[in-house]
Amino acid sequence: MSEKPQAAAEPQVAEEGSSGTAPAPAPRRGFLAGMGAIAAGGLAFLAPVWSGIRAALEPLERPPQDTDLVPVAKLAAVPDDGVPHKFRVVMDRVDAWNTHRQLPVGAVYLRRTGDSVEALNVVCPHAGCFVNVAADRSRFVCPCHKSSFDLSGAVNDPASPSPRDMDTLDVEIRDDEVWVRFQNFLPGRAEKEPVA
Amino acid sequence: MRLVLDWIDDRTGYRRLLRAALVEAIPGGAKWRYVWGSTLTFAVVVQFITGLALWASYSPNAQGAWESVYYIENVMAGGWLLRGIHHYMAHATMILLVLHLMQIVVAGAYKAPREVNFWFGLALLFIVLGLSLTGYLLPWDQQGYWATKVATSIASITPFVGPALQEALIGGADYGHLTLTRFFALHAGVLPGALIVLIAGHVFLFRRHGVTTGERPAGARDGGNPDGQFWPDQALRDAVACLAVMAAVLYLVIRTGGAPLGAPADASEPYAAARPEWYFMFLFQWLTYFPAETEILGAIVIPGLVVTLIALMPFAGRWRLGHRFNLGFTGTILAGVGLLTWLAYAQDRADPEFVAAQHRAEAAAERIVELARGPDGIPPSGALTLLRNDPLTQGPQLFADRCASCHSYDGHDGLGNELAEARTAADLKGFASREWLTGLLDPEQIATPRYFGGTDFARGRMVRMVQSRIAGFDAAQRDDLAKVVKALSAEAALPQQATLDEADRDEIAEGAALLASESIGCTECHEWRGAFEQSLGPVLTGFGSREWLTGFIGDASHPRFYGDSNDRMPAFGPDEILSEAEIGLLVGWLRGEW
Ligand code: FES
Repeated sequence: MSEKPQAAAEPQVAEEGSSGTAPAPAPRRGFLAGMGAIAAGGLAFLAPVWSGIRAALEPLERPPQDTDLVPVAKLAAVPDDGVPHKFRVVMDRVDAWNTHRQLPVGAVYLRRTGDSVEALNVVCPHAGCFVNVAADRSRFVCPCHKSSFDLSGAVNDPASPSPRDMDTLDVEIRDDEVWVRFQNFLPGRAEKEPVA
Repeated sequence: MRLVLDWIDDRTGYRRLLRAALVEAIPGGAKWRYVWGSTLTFAVVVQFITGLALWASYSPNAQGAWESVYYIENVMAGGWLLRGIHHYMAHATMILLVLHLMQIVVAGAYKAPREVNFWFGLALLFIVLGLSLTGYLLPWDQQGYWATKVATSIASITPFVGPALQEALIGGADYGHLTLTRFFALHAGVLPGALIVLIAGHVFLFRRHGVTTGERPAGARDGGNPDGQFWPDQALRDAVACLAVMAAVLYLVIRTGGAPLGAPADASEPYAAARPEWYFMFLFQWLTYFPAETEILGAIVIPGLVVTLIALMPFAGRWRLGHRFNLGFTGTILAGVGLLTWLAYAQDRADPEFVAAQHRAEAAAERIVELARGPDGIPPSGALTLLRNDPLTQGPQLFADRCASCHSYDGHDGLGNELAEARTAADLKGFASREWLTGLLDPEQIATPRYFGGTDFARGRMVRMVQSRIAGFDAAQRDDLAKVVKALSAEAALPQQATLDEADRDEIAEGAALLASESIGCTECHEWRGAFEQSLGPVLTGFGSREWLTGFIGDASHPRFYGDSNDRMPAFGPDEILSEAEIGLLVGWLRGEW
């Protein structure tokens, strides 16, 4: 069934007819004019297209936000039980045209044994979901694709989709406070690379 | 009238255009099975209409997107219907598109000369998927936020350009204002623009090739039926089909009460119910089968190969065997997709933690609407502020996090997760209520895990007193005890008990007097309205009130409460384990104040 239905063919014929009646320019002049039209037209579009692409890629040029340590909790607030506890990370954050003072930007799991504290970003290294502590507090489970980690954040089930252990963060105890360098890392790869 | 139309036609030639559009010969006459293309176009037009109307009320920014969708959904007249139609018509579009593509594969309509049009159709499928993906994030609720994070994370593992692609897509290192403005630009500008171009091309090519009647030699007539025309025979069938699609969508909108809207997005708030739209669920499930670094296989390589194979179908289809292969391949894919989808939902249903998370998500969604409707409304800082200061939302979380290692709440951890073993300290559901106190003073119950069973107090004076003295009470004393319970419970001034307390005012007064009496004997150990012999147990004046409970959680070792006999309850206040605000939220939740 490849015949052209009449209806569709009609307008085409009409168009060809109308262009056919225009006087044909001399071949060389016509070629130059055509090239000129393409060049001028292209040039006319250059600025808008270029600036549009620049704007779209602007985030790639932005300097990374600072990653100083921020206080996350009082040391006493982290039970000395070797079980991870979730704490909000509240810090200053520039979001495009807004500067937020003390915005909750994410969360960390703090796990204390004696006076040492380990910090893990709650974000799953697989694809970014918020990892949970299992109800029995024996391990971490990601509610999305069921990656499983032990309490230190290490993958403990080879079938886990996560390509690496949960992301550890730098911790410092300053006086009686736990300070953490809060960073997010690129998901889905074996090495831990901070997002710029 | 006629004159006017003639004039317009003379200047525009609209009649010829109209004829060209409507007088399309349909070999073998109008048929119901030709309606799919029209229903699809209809669905797209509905999305444009409703989308533009939604656009007029939507604000793409991190502190305004959820809020504006809340406004559309709950305040604007008919907003829920508008959004509901847009939401469910998106589902319908997906279904219609897949049906249409299946029909084309089955009929072999992708074969020469229609290859390009088949690719157009395929491209349309991807644009529609893109529209759905970008649209899912725009309400900026927890569901869209976390599900979209999975999608953009997958984008970031694209070889070479992954991280840059993700950053350009979300407008920075992290989700924020620019993620919304960009997704909105894609959803309402770029993708619909591409959709229009592709549909125009698709329809143009379709008109050029005509309908596919099946594998008959050119010129054969369908069962001897005369050729039909688009107008009005096929148009009628198309219109009826469109009406049916609309009716189905409306039915869904009304039945479900419109499109869902979860609690506002919050990067610091766990959300364990993150799932994409149902037509992406197979992919979501698919990813669980690719451990560690094989993810790229599951997320990019295999889907890429499948799509390439589908795109090559027109060439394979040139041979009879190739067409069979295409049919088999399509069938296998559809079966696989169906199976994965089913598995995904079956596993979620069987997972108690997921079910609990889903209940929490629904509760949070309802709660935020209640708060937004409340007297203070939504502040300019956004609706999240409301949730963060809400005892009903924060209480259970704080409890699960800070209290549930020792206490339970109605047998669970505060969030609804079952506890494998009983907790050592008391169950705090209904603390200081009549029911709770009645149980406390019941010789049968006081030494159970619900109260003091797991603590040092199990061998303490209070338990002994209840188990010896109260156990021996006669009927009259038991009546007195009931009044004492009412009096003590009235001290808490629990909002849920306000009407009861009001109604039993006389009994409460009697109970208050009895409390100090020797026959009951509470004041041998407890302070009550200034009267006590030895301060051994917590003061009973103001028992369970906001002030009392705040003090108790703050420091149970304070002489007002357990003093030295405190068993393992941390000093949440002085040790700054909980901030003042957090204690306030916990107290508010335990007391049912919201
Ligand atoms: S996001 Fe955690 S397993 Fe996929």
